[in-house]
Amino acid sequence: MSLSSPPADRQKGSAYPKLWLIAAIIASLLVSQFVHLNPYFSIVVINIGINIILAVSLNLVNGYTGQFSLGHAGFMAIGAYSAAAVTSFGGARWFDSLGGVNNATTTSLFIVALTIGGLAAALAGLIVGVPSLRLKGDYLAIATLGFGEIIRVIIQNTETMGGSRGFSVSGIYTTIFWTYTVAAITVYVVVNLVNSAYGRGFLTVRDDEIAAEAIGVNTTKYKVVAFVLASFFAGIAGGLYAHFIGYLTPEGFGFMKSIEIIVMVILGGMGNTVGVIFAAVLLTILPEVLRPVQEYRMVIYSLMLIILMLTRPQGLFGGITWRRPAWLRKKRTPVEDGNPA
Amino acid sequence: MLELREITVNYGSIVALHEISLKVEQGDIVTLIGANGAGKSTTLRTISGLLKPGRGSILYEGEEIGGEPAHKIVARGLSHVPEGRMIFANLSVQENLMMGAYLRKDRAKLRNEFDYVFGMFPRLQERSRQVAGTLSGGEQQMLAIGRALMSKPRCLMLDEPSLGIAPILVKTIFEKIREINKSLGITVLLVEQNANLALEVSHYGYVLETGRIILHDRSEALRANEKVKSAYLGG
Repeated sequence: MSLSSPPADRQKGSAYPKLWLIAAIIASLLVSQFVHLNPYFSIVVINIGINIILAVSLNLVNGYTGQFSLGHAGFMAIGAYSAAAVTSFGGARWFDSLGGVNNATTTSLFIVALTIGGLAAALAGLIVGVPSLRLKGDYLAIATLGFGEIIRVIIQNTETMGGSRGFSVSGIYTTIFWTYTVAAITVYVVVNLVNSAYGRGFLTVRDDEIAAEAIGVNTTKYKVVAFVLASFFAGIAGGLYAHFIGYLTPEGFGFMKSIEIIVMVILGGMGNTVGVIFAAVLLTILPEVLRPVQEYRMVIYSLMLIILMLTRPQGLFGGITWRRPAWLRKKRTPVEDGNPA
Repeated sequence: MLELREITVNYGSIVALHEISLKVEQGDIVTLIGANGAGKSTTLRTISGLLKPGRGSILYEGEEIGGEPAHKIVARGLSHVPEGRMIFANLSVQENLMMGAYLRKDRAKLRNEFDYVFGMFPRLQERSRQVAGTLSGGEQQMLAIGRALMSKPRCLMLDEPSLGIAPILVKTIFEKIREINKSLGITVLLVEQNANLALEVSHYGYVLETGRIILHDRSEALRANEKVKSAYLGG
C-alpha cells in the first residue's frame, strides 16, 4: 500500500514536480487495477488518502498563511453532502440521458459530483472567510469553530438530506485511484503555489502581517484565497468520503473531526507539506495498529501525541528543509529568482 | 510632497492623534520626535494606510490618500518600514528583498535595486541565502530598510530605526539614511526616540506630545530650543 502514497519529497526543490504528479497518479492507477487488497486494507488506504487531502489543504491556511481555522470538517461536510446529493438525486436522470449505467457515465457523474462538492465548499469558504478573516488568532479559531457547528446543525435539520438519521449515498464510486489522484493534485497545487513568487505572499502574511501590508501585500486577499482553496479541497475530500463510506451522518463532521485534521497539521509541522503527509499517514494507521489493545487504544494514542509534542514541538519534520542535492541545484541569481517561472 | 491636514485618529474612545497637521517637502528628511505614546508611530501607520484616520485629510503628491488600503499606498511610492524590524523571519534575506518588490511589474529588472541594496549593506549580500530570523538586530533593520528600497519609493517612512540596536550600528544606520536621501533623492519621514540623532540628520522636525504637535521648526533651531533641550535632548 505504500506504493500508492504520493512521493514524499515533492516539497521545496523537487526537480520535476509535474513528473512526480503524473507518477503518483499512474502509481495509484496501477495499484487500484492490479493490486487486490483485502477490504479492510483498502478502507485504511483510502482513509489515509482522504486525510492527506484534508491535512495538506488545511496546512495552506494554518501552516503557510498562519490563520488558525477550526472549521475544516464543516467544509468537508458541505462537500460530502453536496456531492452525495448530486449522485443520489441527479444520478438516475444522468444515466437515463446518457444511455445507461456504464463506466463512462458513472465516472463522469462522479467527477461532476466531486467538482460540485468542491465548489459548494469553496463558496461556503468565501462566505465565511470574507467577514471572519478580519479576526486574528483565537478569535478566528472561535469564529470558524462556530461555523463548523452551524453547518452540522443545519444538516441535522434538513430532512431531504436525512437529518440526524443520516443520509444513504446511492453509489460507492471512490477507489484508491480517485483518492490518490486527488491527493496528488492537492499536494501538487499547494506545494507549487507556496513556492511560487505569488505564493510567497502567504508566507509573509504568516511571518508578519503588518510588514506584509507595509510592502504592499493585500493580506486580506491572500487569507481569503488560502481559505477558499483549502475549503475547495476539503469539499472534494468530503465527496470522496461520501462515496466511499456510503452513509453520512452529521455527527461525523463535528468538532472532533476538525481537531483530528489540525493534529495532523501540527504534528507534521506547520507549513511543512512532507511532514503533514507523514502525520496524516501515521495518525490514520495508529488507531488501527492499536486495535489489539482495544480498551487502552485511545489512552496510548493520546500518550503518543503528548510525547511527540514534548519531544518535537516543531512537528515531526518541522525545521527540516528539503533541498535537492548540490549536483541537481541550478545556480540562481537574484534576478532569475524574481521571475515566476 | 506629503501633507497631513488636521488628522484625528481614535483607538476606540481614546484619541491618539488630535488634529495633526504637518508637511514634508520633497527631498527633505523630516523627523517626528516625542516621548513614548505621543503618537509618532500612529502617525506613520495612518499615513501608510495601516490605520484609518477618523477625520482630516492626507495628501500625497497632491492627491488624497486618506483611507486608502495599505497596498494601494505602497503602489504610489510611499514605503513604510514598521517599528521593531518586522522582517519575514522564515524567508531568506534574498526572498525578503524580493518581497519588497512585490508590487513592481518589472520584476525582471531588479538587478539595479539588488546591486544598490547590497552595495549599501554588504552584510546582506554575505547572508543573502540565510534565513532572515537568524540575523542580528542591526542586520534585520538593514534588511527592513533594504526591503523598503526594493519598491523604488519616492518617500520612505522609518519607524524607530535605532530601536534595540547596538550603538555602533545605530550610527551606521543613520549614515545610510542620509545617504539614501542624498544619493537617491528619496524623501524621508523619520520617527525616532533618540531625538539627538534624529535632529542631527534631519532638515525639519516636529515635536509630538500626547497626540498634538506642540512645536515645529528647522532641526537646528529645534536643537537650540530650550524647551526641546530640557525635555528631549537630556540637557
